[in-house]
Amino acid sequence: MTEACITVKDLTMTYGDFVIQHDLNFTINRGDVFIIMGGNGCGKTTLLRHMIGLKSPAKGDVCYGEQGLWQADPKARQQILARTGVLFQSGALLSSMTLAENVALPITEATQLPPKKVREIVSYKLALVGLAGFEDYYPSELSGGMQKRAGLARAMALDPEILFFDEPSAGLDPITAKLLDDLILSLSSALSATIVVVTHDLDSIFAIGNNSVFLDAETRTNIDGGPPQKLLHESKHPNVIRFLNRGDQTEQNSSNRQMRSPA
Amino acid sequence: MKTSPSQQFKIDSSPSCDIIASCDQQVLDIAFGGDWILDARLPPLEPILTRLDAGNTIKKVTFSTTALGNWDSMLVTELIKIIDYASQKGVTVDKASLPASIQGLLTLVSAVPERVDAHRDQTQTSWSQALVVSTGKAVQHGKEMLIFVGEMIISTFATLRGQAHFRRQDLWLYIQECGPSALPIVTLISLLVGLILAFVGAVQLSLFGAQIYIANLVSLGMTREMGGLMTAIIMSGRTGAAYAAQIGTMHVNSEIDALKTMNLDPMAFLVLPRMLALIIIMPLLCLYADLMGIIGGGFVTVNFFDVSLTEYMDRTASAVKMKDFIIGFVKCSVFGILIALSGCMRGMQCGRSASAVGDAGTSAVVTAIVFIVVADSVMTIICNRLGI
Repeated sequence: MTEACITVKDLTMTYGDFVIQHDLNFTINRGDVFIIMGGNGCGKTTLLRHMIGLKSPAKGDVCYGEQGLWQADPKARQQILARTGVLFQSGALLSSMTLAENVALPITEATQLPPKKVREIVSYKLALVGLAGFEDYYPSELSGGMQKRAGLARAMALDPEILFFDEPSAGLDPITAKLLDDLILSLSSALSATIVVVTHDLDSIFAIGNNSVFLDAETRTNIDGGPPQKLLHESKHPNVIRFLNRGDQTEQNSSNRQMRSPA
Repeated sequence: MKTSPSQQFKIDSSPSCDIIASCDQQVLDIAFGGDWILDARLPPLEPILTRLDAGNTIKKVTFSTTALGNWDSMLVTELIKIIDYASQKGVTVDKASLPASIQGLLTLVSAVPERVDAHRDQTQTSWSQALVVSTGKAVQHGKEMLIFVGEMIISTFATLRGQAHFRRQDLWLYIQECGPSALPIVTLISLLVGLILAFVGAVQLSLFGAQIYIANLVSLGMTREMGGLMTAIIMSGRTGAAYAAQIGTMHVNSEIDALKTMNLDPMAFLVLPRMLALIIIMPLLCLYADLMGIIGGGFVTVNFFDVSLTEYMDRTASAVKMKDFIIGFVKCSVFGILIALSGCMRGMQCGRSASAVGDAGTSAVVTAIVFIVVADSVMTIICNRLGI
């Protein structure tokens, strides 16, 4: 059951001479909803950029199955990444195109399907995220939550095996954020996709994550990992406990948290 | 009411406030009175601070605020000065008699100690260092430019081989944007340039009674040189800057990252159609500008310099050869490539902030104009050497 999907090996990330995180090691299993968490500026999004092929590591590699992403030649890398979909923090829809054109973009790039079929797939994907009927709207005509969902539809356009989310709940009100979390959960079970979420939103972490890694800003490496609920009670690292308790270290707070979040 | 921060400011231009220090053995009591608010004229603090110096007889500072009226940041900053100075001199400060809200603010201020390395160094660099740095930057820019051109050539071949593509409707959109929409401004500028050429030429030529040659001057000047040059400069401001801003904004919105993750080559998808649009449109605009310039020149010649319309048209037809048009076209296509190149390059190199997008637009126009003028000079010299 636990088959490794992505393995991060000795990954060191730098901007110039500045080391953001060093010697990261963790494994994401197939079917996981995997959370990459940590405080602001600890390098969560940078780690994501390394995993989706946008930034090359200073050292180490990100392995998809057995294949190292950054050891592979560009063509093989493209093939690996073709199995992934990414939802960016802002949605990153192309603002000069309608939702339908945005979602159709990866499909027409990767396949030779006739326009009618493409349109059908697009409508289906938009319906999956609750945006049926919005095909011909431009991104600027939609609310932030809708833009994110449309970005999700585009990320799912090619039925990827692995979906990456960069701060899905950032900038959304609690209800919309909850809806997006629910959507992520139901997609993960319906599509049996592996899901990797970068977030620092505690509610999301406990609601959807079944595995995680914690990037520490002080020691600049991943100091702990595992199911978030388990981390909350069993982590030996004060920084992890403090993060998961919203800065508080009291027992009472952690039991509150347990009551609020589903098991 | 003395304990709460002031809610309203007095209209009086300089509200009165005073500070009285009284010494009781080893205790210095500092009494604040009146309104300590932003537009108050503050009493000097130095006399009080110097009393802390004096032979170190004072061991403790207390405050009294019974006469204090409204107060805001003005009072707190003065207090911080006193407290800092006192702690430097090893004098204890008793804050207990201050209002609770001021105590709270003072606790907040001292809660997180100042980070010693947080202040930015503003060291002066000597001119030789500055020269080295700016040379390094220039080399870096040159490198980036070469990399961009290289990537573009690779993408062009990939597109020709069918490995990368752009959307055809995008190309039509860009053609629409940089072609028909640019006609009004091109019309205006070229008409006026033709008119100016005619006037400038006429002043000299009419000295010899050779007004008829104004037609040669205007038509050759427009077709070989000014038509293309003026169009290029208009388009670099109009379209080059727009390209830089469009692509720069896409960069800020991580749309370019999104394209990459969707396995689309941003070079092929964003840069090529824009460049192609300019390469197609520029010669046509140039032809149009030539005609407008000749019309403008004709207007002046016929109306002010005693040349008939048929004579003007005759002279023009015999002066301008096909090769002149072709030279103009070639120049204009080259300008088109340069404009698209600098616009898209600055867009792709754009940073991730609003001001970076503005800078990208500015530097796109500057780069384009420099390139255009240099390229124009080179091509003119080549034409001259080849005798065409």
